[in-house]
Amino acid sequence: MENQDKVKQMNGSGVKPGLAAEPTMRAQGKSEKVRDVAPADHRTPKAKSRGVNVYYGAKQALFSIDLDIFENEVTALIGPSGCGKSTFLRCLNRMNDVIDICRVEGKIEIDGDDIYSSGLDVVQLRERVGMVFQKPNPFPKSIYDNIAYGPRIHGLAEGKADMDEIVETSLTKAGLWNEVKERLHDPGTGLSGGQQQRLCIARAISVSPEVILMDEPCSALDPIATAHIEDLMFELKENYTIVIVTHSMQQAARVSQRTGFFHLGELVEVGKTEQIFQNPVDQRTQDYITGRFG
Amino acid sequence: MIDRRSEEYKKRSGDRMARRYRADRRFRLYGQAALVFGALALCILMVSIFSSGYTAFFRTQVALDVELDPDVLGVAAAEQEHLSLEQADYYTVVNRAIYNAIPGELERSDRKLAKGLISNGASVELREMVLENPALVGRTVKVNFTASSDLDQLHKGNVPRDVEEGLRRINDKQLAWYDRWVQEGRVSSTFNWNFFTSGDSRNPEMAGIGGAITGSIFTLLCFVLSFPVGVAAAVYLEEFAPKNKWTDMIEVNINNLAAVPSIIFGLLGLAILLNVFNMPRGTPVVGGMVLALMTLPTIIIACRASLKAVPPSIRQGALAMGASPMQVTLHHVLPLALPGTLTGTIIGLSQALGETAPLLMIGMVAFIVDIPGGVTDPSAVLPVQIYLWAESAERGFVEKTSAAIMIILAFLVTMNLFAIYLRQRFERRW
Ligand SMILES: Nc1ncnc2c1ncn2[C@@H]1O[C@H](COP(=O)(O)OP(=O)(O)OP(=O)(O)O)[C@@H](O)[C@H]1O
Ligand SMILES: [Mg+2]
Repeated sequence: MENQDKVKQMNGSGVKPGLAAEPTMRAQGKSEKVRDVAPADHRTPKAKSRGVNVYYGAKQALFSIDLDIFENEVTALIGPSGCGKSTFLRCLNRMNDVIDICRVEGKIEIDGDDIYSSGLDVVQLRERVGMVFQKPNPFPKSIYDNIAYGPRIHGLAEGKADMDEIVETSLTKAGLWNEVKERLHDPGTGLSGGQQQRLCIARAISVSPEVILMDEPCSALDPIATAHIEDLMFELKENYTIVIVTHSMQQAARVSQRTGFFHLGELVEVGKTEQIFQNPVDQRTQDYITGRFG
Repeated sequence: MIDRRSEEYKKRSGDRMARRYRADRRFRLYGQAALVFGALALCILMVSIFSSGYTAFFRTQVALDVELDPDVLGVAAAEQEHLSLEQADYYTVVNRAIYNAIPGELERSDRKLAKGLISNGASVELREMVLENPALVGRTVKVNFTASSDLDQLHKGNVPRDVEEGLRRINDKQLAWYDRWVQEGRVSSTFNWNFFTSGDSRNPEMAGIGGAITGSIFTLLCFVLSFPVGVAAAVYLEEFAPKNKWTDMIEVNINNLAAVPSIIFGLLGLAILLNVFNMPRGTPVVGGMVLALMTLPTIIIACRASLKAVPPSIRQGALAMGASPMQVTLHHVLPLALPGTLTGTIIGLSQALGETAPLLMIGMVAFIVDIPGGVTDPSAVLPVQIYLWAESAERGFVEKTSAAIMIILAFLVTMNLFAIYLRQRFERRW
C-alpha cells in the first residue's frame, strides 16, 4: 500500500525539482564510491556485486561496480545511453559469456553463491536468473511451446498435465492467459508487441526464477502495453526479485523501490527510489534526473 | 535563392523531368528486353529439343503372323519343356514370319533386306512372350514386333523418303514392302514404355533410359552423404568455432572450393577413391562421393547463410532460458535454418544431377546394357547417357538424345519446384 501511494505521488511530474535542487550531501569526487546511502538497509541482499569491472576487448565498460539487489523489490538501473546498464544486467546471468571479447572481473554473488566461480553451472544460473529483452523475442513456435520450452529443458514438469499447469500459471501471472487461452497452439510471433513481451515475461517466469532481469522491456511498446507491464512488475515483485533497465525516469519512479544511476561505466549513486529522485547526493544524478544531460 | 516561379526555372525543371522520365522508361525497357531475350532463347531451346525428341516416346511396330512351330523352334522332342523354351530358336521363327509377310519368293540378298526392317531384338521379344505364355507354342499368332531403327525413322518422318535411293538407308525395294505393310495395316505406333524401362543398346530402337535413370538415382542416394557433412560443418563454423585466422582461412577455402572446376573433383576421385581405396570403377557409389565432395561447398555456404539469417535475439532468448549452446542450435537455430539449407541442397543436387565431367573421370562413361541393381554396379547416369548418345552416328539416337534431355530437364524442374515449395512453405519472416 505504501508503495502504491508513492507511485501515485511520483506519477505526475516524476521528479520534484524543488526538492532535488537542495542536495543533502555534497556532490562527490568521481573516484569516490557512493555506497548504499539508505542507512536503514541491513537486510541481506539477494544479489550483490563487488568491484565488478567489465572489458570489451581493451575498452573498459564498467568500473568497479558495487551494487546490492534486494529480494522482492524492483531495482531500476538508469543512466544515459552507453553507460553500461545492459552490460551490468548481462553480468547477472552471465549472458556476457557469449560475447567473445567480453571479460568480467570482480565478484557477483546470488544468495551467497559466486556466479563466476568455476564450479557454478551457467545453465543452472540462468534457470535461477531469468531475462526479458528490450525487443520481444518469442520463439517462432506456438504460444504453448514458448512457455513449455524452459520447463522442458530443465525437466520441471512431470507430464502433460503438469506442463499444462505450468503454462497456465505462467501465462496467468503474466496477465496473458485470458487473451490467449483459446489459441495456445497459434504461433507466439502472431501476437501484438505488448502481448509478445508479456509472453516473454511468462516464458521467463515459467522456470520459477528467483531473479528476473528486464532490459528496457517497454521501450518497444505503446503506453497502454507499457502500463500493463508495469502493473505486472508490481505483482511479480511479491514473488520475485526484479532488476529493470529503463530510460524512462517516470517508469523507474513508478515501479522501482531502489534505483541505481550509472554514468560512463560507473555506478554514481544507488539508493531508495524516492531518495534518488527527490534528494540525489551526486551532482551528476541530479543533472540527469532533471534532464540536463543524457 | 532559387526563384521557383520564374519561367526559366520552370522550363529547366520541366526539361529535367522529361529527361528523367525518358531515362526511367529506357531503363525499364532494357530490363524487359533482357527478359524477352532470355525467354526467347529458352523457347527456342525447348522447341528444338521437344520437336526433335518427342518421337522417341513412340515406337513403330510391325505386326507379323508368327507360326510357332515346335519343330522349327526345336522344342518338339524336348522333355524339359521350359528349359528348351528358353533356348529355342526364335530367330528362325521370326525370320520366317518376316519372309511370309512379303509376297513372292525372296532371293538371299532380299532376305537380308527384309530382315533389316525388323529390329534385331525381335527374337528376344518373341522369346519373352512365349516364356510368359508357353501355350502359344504350336499356334500361329499375330505379334507386334519393334521395327528396325531405319524403318522407325522413316515411319516417323524423321528421314525423307523422296530422295535418291543412295541417300537413303532404306532402298526402293524395302520402301515398297513398307508401303505394302502400311496398306495391310501391319505398321502401327505405340507409346514407347521400353524407353523408360530398358538399358542402353547398340540398336537405337531398343535403347532406353531406364539404366541411366536408375544410375542417377543411385548416384544421388550416395550424394545425400554430403548433407549431414555440410550441415555439421556449417553449424560448427557458424555457431561454435572461434573467430580466428584458422576459421577465416577455412572460410576462404570453402568459398574457393565452390569455384573449383568439377573435372578436378573427378580427378581427385580417380586418384583417391579408385587408385588408393580401390573402389569399383564407374559405379554410383564413387560417382556419388565425387559429386558430394563437389557440392559440399554449396551446401555449407547455403546452410551458413541461413544460419546467419536467424536473428540473434532467438539465440539470446534461448540462452537466457538456460539452454546449452547445443540445445540452442538444435532446438531453435537449426530448425529455422533448415528450409534454406534444404533449398541449397536441392540446388546442389540438381547441379550434381547434371554433372558430367567428373563422372567421365571415374569411368562412368562405359556402355552398359544392364540396369544397375545397386550402388556398386557399374552404371550410366543421365548426363553421361546424353553424352554417349549424342556421339552416336545413327539417326535413331538423335531423338533419344533429345528425349533424354527432356527427361533430365523434367527432373531438374521438379527438384527446383520442390525447392521453391520448401522455401515458400517453411521460410519464416521476422
Ligand atoms: N558487444 C559489445 N562489444 C563491444 N562493446 C560493447 C558491446 N556491448 C556494449 N559495448 C560497449 O559497452 C558500453 C556499455 O554498453 P551498454 O550496452 O551496457 O550500454 P547501455 O547503458 O545499455 O546503453 P543503452 O541505454 O543505449 O542500451 C558502450 O560503450 C558500448 O559501446
Ligand atoms: Mg542497453
